Amino acid sequence: MGFLAATGRAFLIFLEATGKLAMFTAAALSHCVRPPLYPRQILRQMIDIGYYSLPVVGLTALFTGMVLALQSYSGFSRFQAEGAIATVVALSVTRELGPVLGGLMVAGRIGAAMAAEIGTMRVTEQIDALSTLSTNPFKYLVAPRLIAGLTMLPLLVLVADIIGVFGGFLVGVYRLDFNPASYIGRTWEFLEPVDVISGLVKAAVFGFMVSLMGCYHGYHSRGGAQGVGAATTNAVVSASILILVWNYLITGIFFSTK
Amino acid sequence: MSQVPPAHPPKISLKNVHKAFGPKVVLNGIDLEVGRGESLVVIGGSGTGKSVMLKCILGLLSPDSGSIRVDGEETTKLRPREREKLLHKFGMLFQGAALFDSLKVWENVAFGLIQGEHMPRAKAKDIAIAKMGAVGLGPEVGELFPSELSGGMQKRVGLARAIADEPEIIFFDEPTTGLDPIMADVINELIVKCVKDLGATAVTITHDMASARKIADRVAMIYQGRIIWTGHANDIDHSGNPHVDQFVHGRGEGPIKMQVRAL
Repeated sequence: MGFLAATGRAFLIFLEATGKLAMFTAAALSHCVRPPLYPRQILRQMIDIGYYSLPVVGLTALFTGMVLALQSYSGFSRFQAEGAIATVVALSVTRELGPVLGGLMVAGRIGAAMAAEIGTMRVTEQIDALSTLSTNPFKYLVAPRLIAGLTMLPLLVLVADIIGVFGGFLVGVYRLDFNPASYIGRTWEFLEPVDVISGLVKAAVFGFMVSLMGCYHGYHSRGGAQGVGAATTNAVVSASILILVWNYLITGIFFSTK
Repeated sequence: MSQVPPAHPPKISLKNVHKAFGPKVVLNGIDLEVGRGESLVVIGGSGTGKSVMLKCILGLLSPDSGSIRVDGEETTKLRPREREKLLHKFGMLFQGAALFDSLKVWENVAFGLIQGEHMPRAKAKDIAIAKMGAVGLGPEVGELFPSELSGGMQKRVGLARAIADEPEIIFFDEPTTGLDPIMADVINELIVKCVKDLGATAVTITHDMASARKIADRVAMIYQGRIIWTGHANDIDHSGNPHVDQFVHGRGEGPIKMQVRAL
């Protein structure tokens, strides 16, 4: 009986958490589309997410592109397929590694910061203070972050795509002695719009997930410094896992052959 | 104490309000009325439900049962939009001041005007500086960030923010906690002055008796989720209630047992 009770309790807790998250998401989304919006807040978050994440995401993309070129050369040369390197780099970066690694880096940078900031506001009663000043916390805190995450991550990933392909180009031309013109030609040859677009759609979803997890865990944190710490960890871990799960699902939607 | 004119309903009235968190009953049938323009101080030990009561009136928490009326209007079933409108009537000074640390001091004071009432920033800044003057802060403080201020100064800014959009009702959550006796007295004086200037209705929760004596027209004592005594501020030393006596004189021995768990 003890075992059954424990299982049931765990299941109930899971259902409660799912319901809470669903209601949070619905409320947050409805505030994203209903005026008044807070343009200053949205702009601040956009700069925070879009502009200040550029170095991290750019470096990630650069080295990813470089290592891809190096790895595929050592692999492909075993069956004389070195010519495919440019294509492999371009497809891998735009379809998978740009959005996924970019999303994960932003989850660590932005998701954690959001959870910590909103969590601290919660435990120091700043969120209650917002309400008493006739300002809806969802509108003022959550909606701008969701909008910024949703719109900025695709732009970041677009930049990351270009830098990643450029990283591959650098290694291909300066280390592996490819002809620059033919490397660029190879890059374009097999790249289709859907490769880039699917990556950008992923980025939008990932950006939304990162902001949602940061806000959700921050908003529901309690119990002082320890609670805020836990919220930060939960935000990063749950955002990272959601990114990986949604990456699979979206890939399935775009590229399933059946 | 000002008498409530019979034509007007009380400013705030709570009837049989219950609130529990899981098995823990915090408010166990609160009955309380606050008259128009009156300053009520609610005293009670830590963890007796004082803060929860204020948060229920503000709608930050929803009570499990009972009725809360503001100006005769039932507020427990309000929709979010109506709630936002109702909250225009309220100002609140939080225990830790709860200033927005990403905003400058003047932006904190002007927050309700800019975000809540959509006033242009320049005009709101003028009002903010005037309100800061009312609590003894010079305009140069406005450009600082809250983290650069001492505890007492933060309380002043919190007070200026609470009175900035001239609310009809102001709540003070332990306004003197964490302040030295001199700064506590300064804050008490400011509270009395601001409430009088605005003609506002004030509800203060505190366990600082010096503060209660200074601010209160009327005092209510909360114990185990119920109001066990209310009376005129002058009657507090001869209330005839052993719980109130123990609390007012700060005795360790008496009918009140210490609360172990936080709320």
